[in-house]
Amino acid sequence: MRYFVRKVGILVLTLFVISIVTFWLFHIVPGDPAAMMLGTSASQEQLEDLRKELGLDRPMTEQYTDWVGGALHGDFGTSIMYRKPVANLLKGKLSITLILGALALALVIVIGIPLGVFTAGRKHAVSEQILNFLNILGISVPGFFLSILLIWVFGLILHWFAPGRFVTMERDPAGFFRYMIFPAIAIAIPQTCILCKYIRTAVIEEVRADYVRTARSKGSTKNRIMYVHVLKNAIVSVVPLIGMIVSGIFSGSIVIEQVFGIPGIGRLLIASVTSRDYPTVQTLVMYIAIVILIVNFIVDILIQILDPRIRIAR
Amino acid sequence: MTASMDENILEVKHMTITLYEGGTSYKMVNRISFTVGKGEIVGIVGESGCGKSMTALALQDLLKNHIKVTDGSMIFDGKDLRTISAAERREINGNDMTMIFQEPMTSLNPLQRIGTQVGEVLLLHGSHSREEIEKRTLEALQMVGLPDPEKAMRMYPHELSGGMRQRVMIAMGIIARPKLLIADEPTTALDVTTQAHVLELLQEVNRQTGTAVLLISHDLGVINKICSRVLVMYAGKIVEQGRTEDILKNPVHPYTQGLISSIPTRRMKGAPLASIPGRVPPVTEEKPPCPFASRCESADKLCFTEYPGRKTISDEHILWCHHYGTNAE
Amino acid sequence: MINAGNPKAAETSVLQTDAGRGAGRLFRRILAAGKGGEREVMKKETLTVSGWTTGDTELRIGFIIVGIVLALGIVSVFYTPHDVYEMNTSLRSQAPSLTHFFGTDNFGRDVFSRAMVGARFTLLVSASTILLATGISILLGLACGYIGGMVDEVVMRIMDAVNSFPSILIALVMVSVLNYGKLTIIPALVIMFIPSFTRIVRTGTLQYKNADFVLSNKVFGDSDLRILFVHILPNIYPLLLSSIVIGLSNAILAESSMSYLGLGIQPPIPSWGRMLKEAQDIIFSTPWAALAPGFMIVMTIVGLNCIGEGLRKKYLS
Repeated sequence: MRYFVRKVGILVLTLFVISIVTFWLFHIVPGDPAAMMLGTSASQEQLEDLRKELGLDRPMTEQYTDWVGGALHGDFGTSIMYRKPVANLLKGKLSITLILGALALALVIVIGIPLGVFTAGRKHAVSEQILNFLNILGISVPGFFLSILLIWVFGLILHWFAPGRFVTMERDPAGFFRYMIFPAIAIAIPQTCILCKYIRTAVIEEVRADYVRTARSKGSTKNRIMYVHVLKNAIVSVVPLIGMIVSGIFSGSIVIEQVFGIPGIGRLLIASVTSRDYPTVQTLVMYIAIVILIVNFIVDILIQILDPRIRIAR
Repeated sequence: MTASMDENILEVKHMTITLYEGGTSYKMVNRISFTVGKGEIVGIVGESGCGKSMTALALQDLLKNHIKVTDGSMIFDGKDLRTISAAERREINGNDMTMIFQEPMTSLNPLQRIGTQVGEVLLLHGSHSREEIEKRTLEALQMVGLPDPEKAMRMYPHELSGGMRQRVMIAMGIIARPKLLIADEPTTALDVTTQAHVLELLQEVNRQTGTAVLLISHDLGVINKICSRVLVMYAGKIVEQGRTEDILKNPVHPYTQGLISSIPTRRMKGAPLASIPGRVPPVTEEKPPCPFASRCESADKLCFTEYPGRKTISDEHILWCHHYGTNAE
Repeated sequence: MINAGNPKAAETSVLQTDAGRGAGRLFRRILAAGKGGEREVMKKETLTVSGWTTGDTELRIGFIIVGIVLALGIVSVFYTPHDVYEMNTSLRSQAPSLTHFFGTDNFGRDVFSRAMVGARFTLLVSASTILLATGISILLGLACGYIGGMVDEVVMRIMDAVNSFPSILIALVMVSVLNYGKLTIIPALVIMFIPSFTRIVRTGTLQYKNADFVLSNKVFGDSDLRILFVHILPNIYPLLLSSIVIGLSNAILAESSMSYLGLGIQPPIPSWGRMLKEAQDIIFSTPWAALAPGFMIVMTIVGLNCIGEGLRKKYLS
């Protein structure tokens, strides 16, 4: 329990540091947000007024506390590009991205682990070479290219879904998932390959462990050795990878939302980076940071629960 | 040696273990024969790499994939271990024949509680109720002398010292009251005082439950403490065997003599410790008919051309050496 | 989507070479391996030894693929079969043929020529990214490993934090903060690779800091700098090498992703990522315009990953 409290403390502290860094980064950026909002035709007076309105004339620490204070109340400032509160822009977008990410993560785990275990048992000759090659290919295909291929084959040739015609979950849940499964696959494939490879290596390593010999000497069946002894140890050894995989999924999702035209936060992020809409970028970065930190937090707790050795060593 | 099956729990005859590597095969253990009587403690001694661990692993069918038993028979409790099915094998392992390994630190599953791991043996063999398993696990842990066994049951391996883990391994080995317990270098990884405790424990188990013990060690001192009979192995062959006191007092084979003179004793204090020159040839090396010939001081042409025959000194003291009977006796 | 190196695998094992041998010998060995040479390292492997277990096959395949792509990029400086920028309406959307190996796009531009020039810029950007990242990481890693204490703690914490973020997000933030010009993409990508490289250098430094040959040189009065760069660093190269190669493949992946998003190399310079972006809308009518740059990206990355994997198997297992 004390460990839990300490972890939460570190989590909050990290968030604080990240918020300062993010805020500072976007305030040393050359260019005046007010000038950008008003365009080149604005008079000096108009600029001054807007600056005052946005609070840009005040000291940075004050601006920072305002920003954090506002963010805690759900006010993330005003988008330069859309001239709307960033909070309004975000509405619905985060959930789309999170669903996409969750779908991809589910695919990675559901396919990656069994595939890794399955292939670990077959480590000879031809199958090994094919596997090796597929694995290298899997991590080598860029997500956006894979997406384009999926759109071409499944959208345009086979008509399994209508590329570019995204439907929200509220309007048509079935259609929503049918549309989302393809980007989820595109995001999941490289991560699946990575997980599969790690599981495979871990299982091969664990099978050679002395405790497996002990289990055989006790008269355990092959299945029992695999599922009770080996698999649990192998999975425990790859749990720390979940953080890396989730971060990879986010990376993939940012690009792939763009390819499939999915109105999630990835697409908003690209649009606001392109148009230098700093308040929006800043908010999105914080959003993603929070999600990543929470995932890492959960992974830490999970390791604590699964691995008694770490439980003591803390 | 002529004892019938009723007295022997294990009869190994002409067992050969072959290693397959890179398209060639090498004999790791070459046609060895020995017996273990019911309730007897037998030792196998030899330098590392002489095939004693392979013999032990072969008895439990734990050899790696590229190492196989290729000849001979292993009759355990009336069944030939080479011909039984996988299911029969699982019934024997852990139940009638158990094994303790050299590496107590890694031989336990790091993610399972001690109680679960020891109790698993009963879970796998026969139908025992949960309460019964728990009760017997506790008894087993108590018997091997674990302080506070109830607490130990809920602990994980990493919370115990090497000696304690080896005790857990022994508990695992005796919980099902097996007919034969194989202990492969059970004390090598432990410090000296713990070694003595573990050996006493093995003897205690033998006395209380009548379990036969096959103790494998490179240390004649260890063997001497508890074994009534000893087999001396060298490079995949048994070179001499007999009652422990006979072998120690009257070693005949040059290799056994070398082994004994390299044990430090109080009487020889101050004198340089003898050692056998050379090393055990690797399995991949072609060996002369008498495997020890290349390191033997009294080796002659005969040792390099002909297999030494079996020679009987007394009823139980047997050796395989060309020189016995010619210049000795 | 982008994973800089493979820190776990790279950190767990260390190739022990003494300081005298160093990188030159290693490179010679790699070249020999590429030609199908030595396989002494893995000889102890028990079962049948194939090129896949030693890493030789991967190295050979990798060197061939990367060699071809590199050659295309270099040749494009002097010669391309057709003009890269010239639009020719009469040659719109032509299927691949002997005159246009990869066909033409919807503006009548030769896709193969554009892919050649794209190879040049993509490789250039990725290579300079990795070069810069390696340089910075070596300095940071050596400093952290050698000095230790507070410096190490602070720098490594920052590295961990950066590393836990999606790599594309970091590149995006950097691009937007750095006010993009033609080359903004390079510093933006450099940040992505520093954490994993630094970690490897630091681990290596810690490992060799107290090695006997380093300590003996210390006794002889070598300066700290000399110890770091002459005695410790050469031993770290083998550790770093496969990560650098895999990092290069990730840099190409990242560069083409950023170019695809319109935030990489700016037009009119062709880059594979932007070629894909432009071809995406016409994929139904002229699939070759998208498949060609996609194929180039995949092949290059496969080639580099093969080399990286081969090196890892050969020198780190």
